[in-house]
Amino acid sequence: MTVDMVIGASVLAATLRLAAPILLAALGGVISERAGVVNIALEGSMLVGAFVGIVAAEQTDSIVIGVAAAIIAGTLLAGIHAIAAIHWRSDQIVSGMALNILALGLTSYLNFQLYGTTGTPADVPDLPTVADQSILVWVSLALVPLTHLFLFGTVSGLRLRAVGEHPRAAETVGIGVRRVRYAAVLASGALAGLGGAYLSLSVAHSFTDGMTAGRGFIGLAAVIFGKWSPIGALVAALLFGYGNALSTSLQGATIGDTRVPVQLLGTLPYLLTILAVAGFVGRSRPPAADGVPYEKEGH
Amino acid sequence: MTALLEMQGIRKRFGELVALDGVDLSVEERDVHALLGENGAGKSTLMNVLYGLYAPDGGRILLRGEDARIGGPRDAIARGIGMIHQHFMLIPPLTVTENVVLGDERTGALLDRRVIRERVRELQSRFGIEVDPDARVEDLPLGLQQRVEILKVLYRGSDLLVFDEPTAVLTPQEVDELFAIVRTLREQGKTVILITHKLREVFAVTDRITVLRLGRNAGSLVTSATTAGEIARLMVGRELRELRPRATAGSRDVVLEVTGLGALSDRGTPALLDVGLTVHAGEVLGIAGIGGNGQSELAECIMGLRRPTAGDMRIGGADVSRDGPRRTRAGGVCYVPEDRRREGLVLAFTVADNLILGKQAGPPYATFGVLDPQVIEREGALLAREFDVRPPNPLAIAGNLSGGNQQKVVLGRELSSSPRLIVVSQPSRGLDIAATEYVHDRLLEQRARGAAILLISSELDEIRALSDRIAVMYEGRIVATLPAAEATEERLGLLMAGHESAGAA
Repeated sequence: MTVDMVIGASVLAATLRLAAPILLAALGGVISERAGVVNIALEGSMLVGAFVGIVAAEQTDSIVIGVAAAIIAGTLLAGIHAIAAIHWRSDQIVSGMALNILALGLTSYLNFQLYGTTGTPADVPDLPTVADQSILVWVSLALVPLTHLFLFGTVSGLRLRAVGEHPRAAETVGIGVRRVRYAAVLASGALAGLGGAYLSLSVAHSFTDGMTAGRGFIGLAAVIFGKWSPIGALVAALLFGYGNALSTSLQGATIGDTRVPVQLLGTLPYLLTILAVAGFVGRSRPPAADGVPYEKEGH
Repeated sequence: MTALLEMQGIRKRFGELVALDGVDLSVEERDVHALLGENGAGKSTLMNVLYGLYAPDGGRILLRGEDARIGGPRDAIARGIGMIHQHFMLIPPLTVTENVVLGDERTGALLDRRVIRERVRELQSRFGIEVDPDARVEDLPLGLQQRVEILKVLYRGSDLLVFDEPTAVLTPQEVDELFAIVRTLREQGKTVILITHKLREVFAVTDRITVLRLGRNAGSLVTSATTAGEIARLMVGRELRELRPRATAGSRDVVLEVTGLGALSDRGTPALLDVGLTVHAGEVLGIAGIGGNGQSELAECIMGLRRPTAGDMRIGGADVSRDGPRRTRAGGVCYVPEDRRREGLVLAFTVADNLILGKQAGPPYATFGVLDPQVIEREGALLAREFDVRPPNPLAIAGNLSGGNQQKVVLGRELSSSPRLIVVSQPSRGLDIAATEYVHDRLLEQRARGAAILLISSELDEIRALSDRIAVMYEGRIVATLPAAEATEERLGLLMAGHESAGAA
C-alpha cells in the first residue's frame, strides 16, 4: 500500500466523481425535507433521469436535450410523490418506496424494449469536461453555495423553512403551505434527475438496469449526516465518495502480508451514516414537520 | 359614535351542535374589551368567525359601520384584525425578526436582514415591547414569545388585536408586563379584545365586558360599574359557592417522604435536583411553578414511571425508590396525570373499560385472563353515575366525552380505590368553572377522608384554594415550602420566577 493509494490525485479525482451524484440527490433531499416532505423517491428520480437522459441524448444526438430530459423525468416522478404526499397526505415512505420500485421496473422494461439485449448504442454524445472532470461535477459543487444562499438568504428560503418547521404557523401568516411543498419536492426531483443524467451520460455512457445502485438513498443519508444543510451535505457526499474511491484504489493492496479488507472498508460510509442517524455525530435535528402531512383547518 | 366592530346575530353550528346562536358583540375604538365565558360558551368560535377561520351560518360583521365580508385570515389581516393565538404560531428555530416579518417581508427576493431588523426595532420602541430581535424564538421564555406574536400582529398594521387566553402560560409577573403592553397599545390608538375566563384579569385591564354563555349573549357590562360576583353569575348562570372553610389537617402521619431526589428529563438533562418533600395524611401539598420546571418528572418518579438518579422515596415508611408503576399503585397510590387524553385515558376505549384500567387483570373483572364484559359494564355504570359522568353511559367512547367528563372518568378510576396517596397534576386544565369546582370538591373530600394529596398545578388560584402547604419548583429544585397562609400571590410569583430570596419570611 502506498500513500498515493490513499490520498493521491487519482483518488481525490475519483472522490469528486463519485461524490457528485450523491451530492445532487442530497441537495434535493435538503430542499424537500426543509419544506417538510421526505422524498425517498429521489432514488427513482435519479434512475428515471439516467434512463431518459440516455434515450433523449441518443435519439436527438444532443447532450443538452439529454440532460434537460433527465431533469424533466426526475421532476415528473417527484411530482407523483408530491401529489401522493401533499394532496393525498399518504405515508411518504410508502409512496416513495412504491415509486422507486416503479422506476426500476419501468426503466428496465423500456430499456429492453428499446435496445434489446445489446444495450445502449455506443454513439451517445458525451458531456464536456472541465479540468478533467465532467462539467456536472462542477455544477453540483456550485449548487452548494447557491442552495445555501437560497435557503438562508432569500425570502422564499425563509418561507420554505417556515413551512417545514411549523406549517400551521406559516399558513396563518398567509404562506401557501402546499404550494411551497410542491415546489420543493419538484426541485428535489429535478436535482436527482440531473444526478441520474450525470451517471448515465458522463460516467457510464450507457444505461444499465438499476444503475443508480442506491445513490439516491445514500444522498438521503448525506442529508441527515449533513444535518439538513447544503454544506453539511457536501461534506457528507465527499466523505461517502472518498470511501468509495478508497475501496477501488486499495483493491488488492496489502499492508505487510495482510490484504486490506476492501469490502469492509467500503462499508465505512454506511457505518458512519448509521452512527450519524443514531445521533452520535453531534446533535442532528430534522425540521420539526419533516415527513408530517399537513392538513388545513376545515371550515 | 359608531363602534369599531359590530358583530350582529352571528350563528354557527357544527353538525348538531349550535356553537353560536345569534351572538352580538360591539367593541368601541380604543377600548380593551373582555370577551368572557366558560369553556364551550362560544368565545373562541366567535373570534374564529371574526378572523375568517370559520364561515358563519348567519349574521353580519360591521367594521367602522361598513359591511365586512371576511373570507379568511388574509382578509382579516388586510382589514386590520390581528390575532394573538393561545398556542403561539411561531417558528422556533427562526429569529424574532424573521418570525415577525414572515409572510410579509417587503424586501425583494433577497432577505435584507438589516432593513427588517430596523423595522422591527421601530415597532418595538413605539409600543414599548422589549425583546432581542436577533434571538432565536426557541431560546425565549413564553412571556417573550408572546411579545413576538404581538409584534407580528402590529407589523401587519392591525388596529384591532384579539388576544386568545393570553395569560394561560404566563407567570404573574409576566401577566403584569403583558397588561402594561396592552395599556400602551390602547394609548397608541389600538383596540383590544381579550378572551379570558379569569375575572382578575378583567378588572386589571379591561374597559368593557361581553359575557357569553352556551352560545348566547349573557350580558354586556362596563368594567368599572360591575363586580366579580355579577360577572361570575352571568358566566355560570347561578351563584358560585364561596371557598369552602377547611378544617386543619387531621393526623400528622407522614405518608410520602422524598429526600435528595434527582432525575433526568427525556432529553437527558437534569430535571430534578435534590428534591425533598413530605406529605402528611389528610394534607394537600401544592407544587407551584411554571410548567417545565421538573413537576412532571417529579410526579413520574413518585409513580415509578421514571427512574430516579439519586435520592430516596418512602411511602408509609417503605422504600419505593425502585418500584415500577404496578407496585406503586398496589401500595395505595393513585395518579391523575396532567394530560388526560394521552396518559389518563385510552380514548378509543369505552368509559367502562377506562374505569377498570389497571384492575383488569384479576377478579372480579377477569378470570384466567378472560375479561367479563358484564361485570365491567355493571361496575362502569356504577362509577360513571357516582362520579357524575355525562352521559352516564358506560359504553360511550371516552374520546367523545367533553374534557370535564373525561376528567371525571379519570377521577372515578383513581379515587374509587380509596388511595392513601394521590398524585394529581393540572387537574383542572382546560375545564370550565363548574367542572373545576367538581374536581376540587372531590379532591377535598379525599383529603377529609385522610388521603395525602400531592397537587401539581401551574394555576396559582387552584394551588392556593386547595393546599395546606405550598412548595415552589424552579429549575428542578424546590426553592421554598410555605404554609398556605403565608403564600401570597406576589411571593409565589417571585419564587416561580426564580427569586429565591422571596422564600425567606
